[in-house]
Amino acid sequence: MTASSPKMSATLIACPDCDLLQHEIVLPARSEALCLRCEARLFRAIPHSLNYTIVSLLTGLLFFVMANVTPLVQLELKGNTVSSTLFGAVRSLASQDLLSVATLVLSTTILAPACEIAAMLYLLIPLKFGKVAPAMRLVFRFVELVRPWGMIEVFMLGTMVAIVKLSTFARVIPGVALWSCGALMLSFSAAAYFYNPRDIWHVAKHDAG
Amino acid sequence: MQDNATLRAVTAAERGLLSCLSCGLLSRPAAENSRNNCPRCHATLHSRIPHSLTRTWAFLIAAFILYVPANLLPIMETKSFFGEQQDTIMSGVVFLWESGSRILAMMVFIASIIIPLFKLISLTYLVLSVQSKSTWQLHERSRLYRLIDAIGRWSMLDVYVVTLLVALVQINTLAHIRAGLGATAFGAVVVLTILAANSFDPRLLWDNSPTDHDRH
Repeated sequence: MTASSPKMSATLIACPDCDLLQHEIVLPARSEALCLRCEARLFRAIPHSLNYTIVSLLTGLLFFVMANVTPLVQLELKGNTVSSTLFGAVRSLASQDLLSVATLVLSTTILAPACEIAAMLYLLIPLKFGKVAPAMRLVFRFVELVRPWGMIEVFMLGTMVAIVKLSTFARVIPGVALWSCGALMLSFSAAAYFYNPRDIWHVAKHDAG
Repeated sequence: MQDNATLRAVTAAERGLLSCLSCGLLSRPAAENSRNNCPRCHATLHSRIPHSLTRTWAFLIAAFILYVPANLLPIMETKSFFGEQQDTIMSGVVFLWESGSRILAMMVFIASIIIPLFKLISLTYLVLSVQSKSTWQLHERSRLYRLIDAIGRWSMLDVYVVTLLVALVQINTLAHIRAGLGATAFGAVVVLTILAANSFDPRLLWDNSPTDHDRH
């Protein structure tokens, strides 16, 4: 951003990280506004963010289903083949009386991403057609609550570490779910980048009158 | 964006305004001493997270205590023809290093050992700095908070590694792997540090900044 005199609007906002009051500025496309004092990111301006978010989420949904129904990794040892799906891995932890760890893995790799995709699509698709989804406020806050707990990208790296560890004594074949997880990770990053709460409320306000 | 500084450094709290942490809307509270909700998204509004420091301390202390068993107890037990082996997080890193995957070994070491410790120490420092009303290096401390908030999730790495090893190496094959109590403790540390970081209100750092001395 090089603009020396950005257009200011009458709207005041407070920085979420340092509480400084400042005027909202009109941003050029694909740039972000930083707090004057602590440099926290205040908001982004992404044209058509609604469309891009929906596309990223639908792509994510497809890969999420694939990542859950196909085997993650296949292990071949002395003619024996074992494979596991994501949910199967959670189940085998649960069967070892480690319910707390199983719950943690289930929540961060399956439940949180599923809730995130479903809730965001529920919010955004009606908005796309100029309608406001019932209980929109509740679902919006739910999305903010769930977002930090989805950890697909960490899981992806964990799977790679596990494969390297196992490959010292067995043949390890990465399954379709592993590639799907990778694609899911990318779709999620894209959705997180494009998802713009400001635009949502802007559109919702216009249509709700 | 420097022109925007036509406003003197005034915070929302000084003006009696509440900003919504959920949707970002700034609003004027309806009445003193009552529960305020965001007019736009209905989230509960607070000028600062209530009891932020107390809550952060509680999560931090619990995390510090569990950090010990998380690193000392085995996160996984392997039974095979060659005998029984117990792995802690550190021995898992050593195993990776010795088997030649040095980059992965470094990644696991950073994610499982450095990050949780760094996060615990940094958050403790941030809480103490607020309690001692420090005005030193505010920008850096703000940046530090954003950093630990962003990297905390990567500590989950080893929990996922153990999950997959347990799932794939079952009784039927030559070896059998069980997850150990260390994994439970470790998972708890990760969750507790995330909760601690979420309870900490970074705006408290700036509340003692010299620009708003007139408030007291």
